[in-house]
Amino acid sequence: MAAADTTAAAKWRWGLLDVVVVVFALVPVLWIASLSFKTTATLTDGNFIPREWTLENYRTIFSTSQFVRALGNSIGIALIATVVAVVLGTMAAYAVARLDFPGKKALVGVSLLIAMFPQVSLVSPLFEIERSLGLFDTWPGLILPYITFALPLAIYTLSAFFKQIPWDLEKAAKMDGATSGQAFRRVIAPLAAPGVFTTAILVFIFCWNDFLFAISLTSTERSRTVPVALSFFTGESQFEDPTGAICAAAVVITIPIILFVLFFQRRIVSGLTSGAVKG
Amino acid sequence: MADIVLDKVSKSFPDGTVAVRDVDLEIADGEFVILVGPSGCGKSTTLNMIAGLEDISSGELRIAGERVNDKAPRDRDIAMVFQSYALYPNMTVRENMAFPLRLAKLDKATIEQKVTEAAKVLELTALLDRKPANLSGGQRQRVAMGRAIVRSPKAFLMDEPLSNLDAKLRVQMRTVVSRLQKQLGTTTVYVTHDQTEAMTLGDRVVIMRGGAVQQVGPPQELYDHPANLFVAGFIGSPSMNFLHAAVEEETLRTAIGDVPLGDRIRRELAAEDAPRELILGIRPEHFEDAGLVDEQTRGRGMEFEAPVEIVESMGSDKYVYLTVEGERASAAELEELAADVGTDDLGGAGANLVTRLSAESTVTEGENRRIWFNLEKIHLFDPANGRNLTLHEGRAAGALAS
Repeated sequence: MAAADTTAAAKWRWGLLDVVVVVFALVPVLWIASLSFKTTATLTDGNFIPREWTLENYRTIFSTSQFVRALGNSIGIALIATVVAVVLGTMAAYAVARLDFPGKKALVGVSLLIAMFPQVSLVSPLFEIERSLGLFDTWPGLILPYITFALPLAIYTLSAFFKQIPWDLEKAAKMDGATSGQAFRRVIAPLAAPGVFTTAILVFIFCWNDFLFAISLTSTERSRTVPVALSFFTGESQFEDPTGAICAAAVVITIPIILFVLFFQRRIVSGLTSGAVKG
Repeated sequence: MADIVLDKVSKSFPDGTVAVRDVDLEIADGEFVILVGPSGCGKSTTLNMIAGLEDISSGELRIAGERVNDKAPRDRDIAMVFQSYALYPNMTVRENMAFPLRLAKLDKATIEQKVTEAAKVLELTALLDRKPANLSGGQRQRVAMGRAIVRSPKAFLMDEPLSNLDAKLRVQMRTVVSRLQKQLGTTTVYVTHDQTEAMTLGDRVVIMRGGAVQQVGPPQELYDHPANLFVAGFIGSPSMNFLHAAVEEETLRTAIGDVPLGDRIRRELAAEDAPRELILGIRPEHFEDAGLVDEQTRGRGMEFEAPVEIVESMGSDKYVYLTVEGERASAAELEELAADVGTDDLGGAGANLVTRLSAESTVTEGENRRIWFNLEKIHLFDPANGRNLTLHEGRAAGALAS
């Protein structure tokens, strides 16, 4: 009896804790969403649920080229950086997990170093380099640093996934008549898919959320991404309060992340490799 | 179908360790050959070299008369069954079995027909659309075999295919493997560390130790005529008893009495460099309760008395464990064998004898019993190099051979 009581009590305690955490995490998001539906007049009335609903804020942001261009830039840059980083990361991680090549430790060490390096200290040199190379304020100008900083993350996550895949599968594929390439594409890659998708999500979120590089390495709408564009939001005139529009934009840029996670979450099925080998 | 020839095949690693040393082996077309030995003896490395999964450091490997040293596994046309089964978890049983055929670019109808055929042979028809995760160990094992047989390769390689199964299933699958191999008549190389599997399955058994082949032959020959101490100790369950034996004038002094020697052994021991100490080996079934031995047989052996420690009645026989005083036999080979079984740290004074007596014997635990053993069946080994001194032209002739 005593044991059952404690588990019931423990369940309640944990349940309560979960609720607190979820509320703490979600209230700001909901508040932003709520603000984005308020009219300028009721913006500061302190009500959680808007008294007057309006889509005016959304209309405003989508009518300015500033935001629409930024959204396009964000999507394009983040997607390209993600694809390149994941493809390169997959190949590098496979080599790290499977092969014993000279300099392997150094490679892993250096990539860890890059991941830990404070990015802010690189901004000035990058600015100078990109300016002299003509990369400043271009898509590649952002994609390249994103790939650089996302790769260590990708290599780490993916090599952990590759290490879990039994090597026997690859040997079996080779015995079954596959070339190394076929063994990788048809046997290993499908099994590593959950890892690839996880990595893709992480890399995409990193690129999507970045503000530091985006604000320092861009100067016009040509390549400005949404987080930066948001900070440049002002009203039509200096007397107009852009809070509602900023909130609407914040909601809009959260949506791709949510979609991205929801879409790939279904594919991140753990235990996909079960049944390959005994145990 | 093809023969496989290993010609002085060796494998050494960059750090200088030699995993396989000058293995010479001719496997005839359709033969079932077992590579057996304790872990780390190089049997799996040898198999991987035949498969092409490991490079051959020196020597030549020929399949169907053709040198294949530098050929990729896919160009050797051999199939392999792995200990872990290595089924592709993202594919159904059907897709798993069709995989090698699809890689070989066969047309769909042929693939379907071959998979169905193989599934029928292995009784997998009902499971074709399942994923490996939803199969039992035995079923997975059969799928792994199915994937191997489906494309009718030149040879099968099996790397401890049954060692992940539980004991009962293993015995059952052993017969499946055996029947399948006979039915298909495909050259098969089978690696195992289990001497029972080696004895029951193969046409010929190759015993390996430390990367070198110890002896090659049909199972019964290895059992009856072991070339050295290692083979003698490895084959047989319970294993052969080993006793320390001191060479006297015309006899051997052992814990179970003075063993007379025949002319041939004596001649051999008369040589300058002949060992002064030997190891005497007797298999459990060559002992008998002295009371049950008829007069005619009695003359071929000798008797001793020893306290009975444990009696295990198996119904058909009795395993009787005797304690005998005296030194334990010691040799590098014996220590290695003990380490492999995991009994190397089981010490104790004196030696233990395992004997297999008739079920009619009235032997009881704790008593002193007169036990007879067959002198024609004993083996004498040189502890320095493990060589079987009783072996003459490949046949063991016991201690009395003249």
